[in-house]
Amino acid sequence: MILKDFRAVIRSNIREYGMYIALLVIMGIFTITTDGVFISSRNIANLLNQTGYIAVLAIGITLVIVIRHIDLSVGFLSGFLGALTAIAMTAWGFPVWAAILMALVMGTLAGLITGFLVAHVGIPAFVASLAGWLIYRGALLLVTLKTGTIIVPNDAFNAIGNGYIPDIFPAESSFLPELHKLTLLIGFAAIVWFVLQSIRDRKDRQSYGFEVLSRDMFTLKLVFISIVLGLISWVVAGYNGMSWTLAIVIVVVVVYHFITTRTILGRHIYAVGGNPEAAELSGISVKKITLWVFGSMGLMCGLSGILFTSRLQSATTTAGTLFELDAIAAAYIGGVSSAGGVGKVTGSLIGAIVYMSLTSGMNLMGTDISLQYIIRGAVLVAAVVFDVTTRKAKS
Amino acid sequence: MTTPILEMKNITKTFPGVRALSDVSFRVAQGEIHCLVGENGAGKSTLMKVLSGVYPHGDYSGEIFLQGQAQKFNGIADSERAGIGIIYQELALVPDMTVYDNILLGHELKSGLTVNLNETIKKATEMLKKVRLDLNPSVKVRDLGVGKQQLVEIAKALSRDVRILILDEPTAALNEDDCDNLLNILRGLKRDGVTCIMISHKLKEVIRIADTVTVLRDGQTVCTLDAARGEVSEGVLIKHMVGREIDDVYPRRTLKISDEIVLQVRDWTVYSHGLGRSLLTNVNFHVHKGEIVGFAGLMGSGRTELARSIFGNPDGFRLDGEIVVKGQKKSFSEPRNAIESGIAYASEDRKKNGLILIQDVKQNITLANLRALATRSVVDANGESKVAEEYRTALTIKTPSITQKVLNLSGGNQQKVSIAKWLFVKPDVLILDEPTRGIDVGAKYEIYTLMNKLVDQGMSIIMISSELPEVLGMSDRIYVVSTGRITGELPATEATQEKIMQLATS
Repeated sequence: MILKDFRAVIRSNIREYGMYIALLVIMGIFTITTDGVFISSRNIANLLNQTGYIAVLAIGITLVIVIRHIDLSVGFLSGFLGALTAIAMTAWGFPVWAAILMALVMGTLAGLITGFLVAHVGIPAFVASLAGWLIYRGALLLVTLKTGTIIVPNDAFNAIGNGYIPDIFPAESSFLPELHKLTLLIGFAAIVWFVLQSIRDRKDRQSYGFEVLSRDMFTLKLVFISIVLGLISWVVAGYNGMSWTLAIVIVVVVVYHFITTRTILGRHIYAVGGNPEAAELSGISVKKITLWVFGSMGLMCGLSGILFTSRLQSATTTAGTLFELDAIAAAYIGGVSSAGGVGKVTGSLIGAIVYMSLTSGMNLMGTDISLQYIIRGAVLVAAVVFDVTTRKAKS
Repeated sequence: MTTPILEMKNITKTFPGVRALSDVSFRVAQGEIHCLVGENGAGKSTLMKVLSGVYPHGDYSGEIFLQGQAQKFNGIADSERAGIGIIYQELALVPDMTVYDNILLGHELKSGLTVNLNETIKKATEMLKKVRLDLNPSVKVRDLGVGKQQLVEIAKALSRDVRILILDEPTAALNEDDCDNLLNILRGLKRDGVTCIMISHKLKEVIRIADTVTVLRDGQTVCTLDAARGEVSEGVLIKHMVGREIDDVYPRRTLKISDEIVLQVRDWTVYSHGLGRSLLTNVNFHVHKGEIVGFAGLMGSGRTELARSIFGNPDGFRLDGEIVVKGQKKSFSEPRNAIESGIAYASEDRKKNGLILIQDVKQNITLANLRALATRSVVDANGESKVAEEYRTALTIKTPSITQKVLNLSGGNQQKVSIAKWLFVKPDVLILDEPTRGIDVGAKYEIYTLMNKLVDQGMSIIMISSELPEVLGMSDRIYVVSTGRITGELPATEATQEKIMQLATS
């Protein structure tokens, strides 16, 4: 009976679970081929830190693709903003917080400019953002012209991309000596919050007389997700604990997930993506939504630039090269559709992790870079083929 | 009896979870006009897709014979080769290509490696002559009206030497003149020996043109009627289609119109920069509380533009004149403003700009008024489901659940969702643009009943419709629009089809 329920739930949600299954399979393969090095806490920590700057771009661009546009300028915009942050701290004497704030504000403004050109002037997003790609690339070269690579000597800033959150108990204490206690505590708190929230949601739905998952399936789901969350925190806690990058990405995902699934703004974004004319006639300002989405994209570029500069502890003349294509690939692997109106930010996060897992795993295996590109291309196609075919089967 | 040109035997076609056709048999005699009628979801389009090879052989059970010979089509190309041409409800023309290119699209006339332009134009002109369309084949399809586009589509089919021409609701988007013209052309084709199968919801047309009518209901053949023997009448068709008799197509209601004027439009002029001309000139009209006002007129007379220009002007026309809502002068810069002032507009093309097809029933119903369900901008998901369930029940929307995508609903139920969306906004004035286009008799009746209930509750309705009987049957007062001007205002009691047609063509 449970098994039958289980199959039915899996089958009707195959599209959603497909990506998680793919991620597990990829991780499994790499764990075997690298004799377990891949799944080691140290590697996973590195992997997540590397994913950070692509993940935030992928999340931003998901919404851009959902409303049927594209933004090619994001890579060099983030490179340019990263360089500006470095210059602000080294040459202009900005404190860290002011440099960060400046990058975020300027990113948002840049996004709003692209958005304005697309929404109000009516230039195709491809062209507007291609112009941005050229302009920000030039701007990046311009500001790094005199100095070349700019080294950032600020420890506080560099901790964003390389540091870890502090622990509440000293590492020497005899209680779970090898693990990061605060990370475990956060993981535990997340599990408790998730379980309580799920139970509340279920009760709420029942009180309205709506259909809910059967008790067995519901328990199974809670147990499964709790175990997954527990395992993730255990692995992460095994090597220095949660990094600042991971913490930032989690906050971004939570905020974006909340906005897209729960708020009016989120609903309006998906309505505009699903059918812009119907949305306009339903009283939604398509122009305003377009501005919002491009503005958020710019904000994410600022954040990505900060994460990348901090990760390298320096700003280089080529920072941001091809980030836009990595982000777009991650979003498509994560199930976003260019026809509009379809795609989740959580999907794009998983997409980014899948994409970076491939890089990380193949690097560990010593796979040649030429083959790496070919395999990443194949995975991208496979992901979209899976997405398209399951969607057909459903309708 | 001679061998029929087409015979389909015991056709059964199932989709996951639904049996769309069960054991349908269908015979068409050489050179006749055979109409296929039935409610939405009765299986007409599915049957024609089986015939034209959209569903390949093996995808259904049963047999197809053309002049006695069994056929196994594996795709549209096969059925085309056998002389079957199909014209879908949604036209399949490329708007930015010329008429001649469209007519020979996919069957280009070549000389060597290049397209032979002169031959193409010559052939296209011949085909246009067959459909009695007198136009320069070098114009772009985009610049033609819907009626002419429809004829180009027929010319395209004829260029393939069709023996059987299938038309899926060819008149759905046409005005009365274009309809008449189309029916005449079908008669002409019949004389030339082309057999026509026509799917239609407009029973009056069916009666005028059909030699034989086959009625489908719930995926089964109900009966085949012979017009020559006087078996075809509106009452009989409706009875067979719905399986019951509808005595009164338009439900009655007690009039309760107050003197209060909710909407008044004065000296309304609408100018299109794109077209470089005025679409509406000095239009004046008003709507009382609790009244159904009908807007009659031909396709392209400016009725939809009138509605849209009042409803926040999403097309960006240049406007002149004033709108007074409940005694207050208003100007709307986008649809949102109009909605806030109590005006709602359900568009004439629900798929294109009424609904978000990939979203579910509940999301579509609440879309225009999420604010009512939100606290500090966070939408209450359970409250939303509750609202959607209420409208589903109230409007008898037939769907397995409110989380079903609107895409999977039938036309009538989609229309109900689109109306439900506006009911949730609770407007004072609801503009319904072609509210019953492309939906079946049963669903029409339900929508009419709903309209009556709404005006009974004090809402005012503006109904734009190209179906004169509908305008006459439902409206309390009728405005007739012709080439951008209001050419007449008639109380329902004085209006007749003839009077309206006269004003509409003046």
